[in-house]
Amino acid sequence: MKQLFIFATALVAAPLAAQNEDLGQPIQEGGEVETVMEAEDSEGLTFTITDETALEDLGIAIPGFATDADVATPANQNGTAALGKELARVITADLRNNGLFKPTGPDALPQPSFPEINAPNWPTWSNRGAEMLVHGYVRARSDNRLTVGCYLYDMALQQQLVREGWVVQPADWRRAAHKCADLVYSRLTGESPFFDSRIAYIAETGPKDNRTKRLAIMDSDGANHRFITTGRSTALTPRYSPDYKKLSYLSYVDGNPRIYVYDIGTGRQTLVTQSDNPTFAPRWSPDGRYILYSMAVNGNTDIYRVPSTGGTPQRLTDAPGIDIGGSYSPDGSRIVFESDRSGGQQCYVMNSDGSNPRRISFFGGRCATPEWSPRGDQIAFTNSSSFNVGVMTPSGGSVRILTRGWQDEAPTWAPNGRIIQFFRTERNSGKAGLWQVDLTGENERRLPTPVDGSDPAWGPILP
Amino acid sequence: MNTRVATGLMLASTIALAACQKKAPEELPPPPTQTATPTPTSPTGPTVGSQQHFTDAVGVANTVVYFDTDQYNIDSEDSAKLQVQGQYFSQYPQLNFTVEGHADERGTREYNLALGERRANAAKNYLVSIGIPANRIRTVSYGKERPVALGSNESAWAQNRRAATVVIN
Repeated sequence: MKQLFIFATALVAAPLAAQNEDLGQPIQEGGEVETVMEAEDSEGLTFTITDETALEDLGIAIPGFATDADVATPANQNGTAALGKELARVITADLRNNGLFKPTGPDALPQPSFPEINAPNWPTWSNRGAEMLVHGYVRARSDNRLTVGCYLYDMALQQQLVREGWVVQPADWRRAAHKCADLVYSRLTGESPFFDSRIAYIAETGPKDNRTKRLAIMDSDGANHRFITTGRSTALTPRYSPDYKKLSYLSYVDGNPRIYVYDIGTGRQTLVTQSDNPTFAPRWSPDGRYILYSMAVNGNTDIYRVPSTGGTPQRLTDAPGIDIGGSYSPDGSRIVFESDRSGGQQCYVMNSDGSNPRRISFFGGRCATPEWSPRGDQIAFTNSSSFNVGVMTPSGGSVRILTRGWQDEAPTWAPNGRIIQFFRTERNSGKAGLWQVDLTGENERRLPTPVDGSDPAWGPILP
Repeated sequence: MNTRVATGLMLASTIALAACQKKAPEELPPPPTQTATPTPTSPTGPTVGSQQHFTDAVGVANTVVYFDTDQYNIDSEDSAKLQVQGQYFSQYPQLNFTVEGHADERGTREYNLALGERRANAAKNYLVSIGIPANRIRTVSYGKERPVALGSNESAWAQNRRAATVVIN
């Protein structure tokens, strides 16, 4: 390791080596996912659900995916037949964990044969309490990639509702499962997909007064977990770029809190702006062209915008006090941010050039960490008086508190704007974990992580 | 673990004692001749430029100033402590040092980073106002990332809302 560091120092300028000191090995990302079949024409469709509560009891049978020939694949050491069962298990977990459906997985069901995938053996699946049936197949291609097909059937109508297929690299087999879960979820709820996405967060270990905080990434279900930083320096508040090629986050790698932009493919990182001042709270614009960050000058913190490819920063706020954070509306025209210009923390909306700032939160508590929903219709925030996560409209109306932990903070939206992820800290121990809650506030669950977690940032649907 | 608790209790009682008084006269630094004896042959004892030397000279309670929730103003107790620090740094003009700003855990992470920076700057600005050159003082905010008191209660939070002065070489 030391040798590697010396080698790197010899190659590049010393400051760059210093700021890369905390990084692990670059991560090899998987390949593209190619969609090979269009969804079937939806004529003759009769099953539509608009009320989410009706979905809670919707039984979905998800037997193992069939394979035409059980052959070796890098995706599973036991071959494509075993992989077919794994695919169904991932889909089952996806659909169960968001609290909307009652899926039954492959371990409690018979295994359909390959020809049955597009001609289900209906008597096998009736009387199992399932209104919906998912079938699928996995096939190893000669080019080493996998084709995964996904079919949703209505048991009562004995009819296919939707189907789609994807060609993936063996390493990306879970993405095919998530895409199938997304297909089923979207068809049954009318909502946009969200499973085929990733989460960046801070992995925490160690005692409360000496926590090790590492930048880490994982799939939306917690799989494919990888650490980006080694933990020698404290890392905080990551955000994925919309194309998933970069991560911006705060690191103390040079001893000061500064925002870096880490290129996932090359493993190199750069400062978001060349300044000796501390920088906080990175945020990407929805089109990825800009990064918002906050910078303290002589103790006064303002929000700035800089082209993500580099360039001259533009200062967006100038009120005395702490202006920090900032989250773009989905169309990029406005920014919601927090400021203590009126005393305590409150949420404000301004135009994306910084003009016309106005306070939107008047619910009585303090408003912090506002995040605009990808759908545009809601803003999630931390009530930093009671430390709960809530939502309100972009004009500050219809405030609803969704969580009840001792200290919940830092909401981040699922790509479809239906689920909010945040982190919850326990009293005294300071241990933190990632949690999810839906917009009803009723379906709350902890997202399992290998160690404690905080500062989650949910990226968009993967490209 | 027991040592840490004991240290924490000692620290807490020291602070409580200091808080009861308008000033902390018994925490005044010992006369410089006592610690900085001109005999360079003595290998024992902290050297100038070390945190230990600074702490011994000004008294540990004077190395840290405390703030109310969300506040960053320097009150009379804080200014008394910073004046003691100022005397020390005037006496050793070769020393550069850092003011670390901190916040308690009952704040959101990013706001607390900015708040810690604001507190560190408030202490720095006071030191500059009494004659310490600004280019000798570095500030750094740790927000709520480095608490000294580990409980989740008012007393612990009061100890964590602080600006701590640290001597660096």
